Amino acid sequence: MAKKQTLKPKDPRLHFTSGNEAVGLGALYAGCNFFGGYPITPSTEVAELMARELPKRGGTFIQMEDEIASMASIIGASLAGAKSMTATSGPGFSLMQENLGFACITEVPCVIANVMRGGPSTGLPTKVSQADVMQARWGTHGDHPILVLSPDSVQECFDLTVTAFNLSEKYRTPVILLSDETIGHMHEVIRIPEPGDMPVIEREASAEIPADWYKPYDYGVHSTAPLIPFGEGYRYHVTGLTHDEQGFPTGRPDESRKMLEHLLGKIEHAKDVYHVERLYLEDADSAIIAYGCTARVCKRTIYTVRHEGVKCGMLRLKTIWPLPVREIDEVCEQNDVIFVPELNSGQLMRAVKRVNRGRATIVPINRIDGQLFNPHDVAEMIINRSHGIDESDQLII
Amino acid sequence: MYGNGTIVHGTHMQVVRFAGSGGQGLMTSGRILALAAGVYEGAVVLQTQSYGPEARGGAARSQVCISDAPINNLNPSRIDVLVSLNQSSCDKYFGDLKEDGTLIIDSSYVNELPTDNGYSFPFTFYCRDKLGNPVVANIMALAYMVAVTEVISRDALEAAVTNNVPQRFIKLNLKALEAGFREGESAKAERRRQSGFIDTQI
Repeated sequence: MAKKQTLKPKDPRLHFTSGNEAVGLGALYAGCNFFGGYPITPSTEVAELMARELPKRGGTFIQMEDEIASMASIIGASLAGAKSMTATSGPGFSLMQENLGFACITEVPCVIANVMRGGPSTGLPTKVSQADVMQARWGTHGDHPILVLSPDSVQECFDLTVTAFNLSEKYRTPVILLSDETIGHMHEVIRIPEPGDMPVIEREASAEIPADWYKPYDYGVHSTAPLIPFGEGYRYHVTGLTHDEQGFPTGRPDESRKMLEHLLGKIEHAKDVYHVERLYLEDADSAIIAYGCTARVCKRTIYTVRHEGVKCGMLRLKTIWPLPVREIDEVCEQNDVIFVPELNSGQLMRAVKRVNRGRATIVPINRIDGQLFNPHDVAEMIINRSHGIDESDQLII
Repeated sequence: MYGNGTIVHGTHMQVVRFAGSGGQGLMTSGRILALAAGVYEGAVVLQTQSYGPEARGGAARSQVCISDAPINNLNPSRIDVLVSLNQSSCDKYFGDLKEDGTLIIDSSYVNELPTDNGYSFPFTFYCRDKLGNPVVANIMALAYMVAVTEVISRDALEAAVTNNVPQRFIKLNLKALEAGFREGESAKAERRRQSGFIDTQI
């Protein structure tokens, strides 16, 4: 009897995976070869995948003693030439803040995946939340540049991780991938691109100048010097103190200002860091501004409210920080009411209000019970509001 | 896949929920079903889950949406199929079932059925006594569900199980799969007979 043929996948490049595993796969695609981390729900799947895959590919996986050391390890690995990342959730992210600032001032590329869960403290380990938005921006002290990306599907977990590595290399800055429990744990089918289909920025191994002339920092016109890995013969000093272009500490007011202006300017003036998705904004008179899992659910909301004749569009922020001010400004100019649904008590809403400068009415929609929005609940609120049934300033589920 | 500026809404979506207590293999059931539908049948799938901080015990559920268009409602509250492996989850989620939905329960642990239309089979006791290991009860329940509801083809489910179960457990899992298909088939035939259904393909 002939052996029964088992069914073949529709496409060999299709993978059925969770958001967290997609982050790991995206990191491997981007050439990540060092992972230092400490397991924490709901981000552990990233570490699990990296522990399994990195040694096979000649990379290094280290489980550190805590998140402070995890962050320190990826900075060290990056200075030695590795593309490094770590993954954590709220409580671990708090511990990483000090060294995150160190990575900012020393301009060391690295990627931190923060899979948000309910907080503060241990909070709700297995429930969803979006309450780390402001911590991602201002968690570490001092004026500092930061890039924060937020995926809304498993495919985007993959894509944005590759983008995170590229931006991190290009601008020599830590990039935070701000995922959440729902996106991290849900499973979908994704298509992994062939090597070369997506651009990957590689580290330069040598500068074209003699080692003695090499400057690890370049405070020129919003450019960044190539970071030559330690061990290539280019010797330089790395410190968390304010430093000059050689990397040595300085207290001179002119040099201090130059360094900080460079740090802030390189992200502020970058054109390719703002990623947004616009949905049905052309004819809209009200709009939703959202990110992450909330934005995903609100796509269903838009479908429902449009069906009821309410002209509502959506601006989805893939880049949360730096805030896409120009894009938000456009939406504030064109719409009468702007809904900002978030799984927190209104963190992004205040930033949107500041851009709005009183033009449109900003209506926050908040949910803080560890559950995801129901798209129909949000739709009902938007419909009631637009028919003048509900006039309240804040909608709480 | 997303982000092309339009929202496509599916015309046909099936929602299957597996519910019970942590450690019963609910996440595995959901993932295998979604994998079979998504990778082997090319459908758009989404699997979500909800559980407590405990490793075992506590309420757990796994939900699979199978559609023909991108799924944006990540947590639909109305479901087509409920596979319930303990009493508390059966009581809790029966209300979410659509009027014409299918209820399948493990009668090893569920004693009180909320409806007369449910399918009932002692998956855990059957696997323990006939197959020698109760851990495959989730796979048997999955196969039973597929036989009754036909949300996906049996070939797809078989391929998904064969390719995603550790080598040493494949035989056991395929046995559970076969038993599930068989029992589901006969339960469905029985139900048809009772309702006076006349097979026209004589």
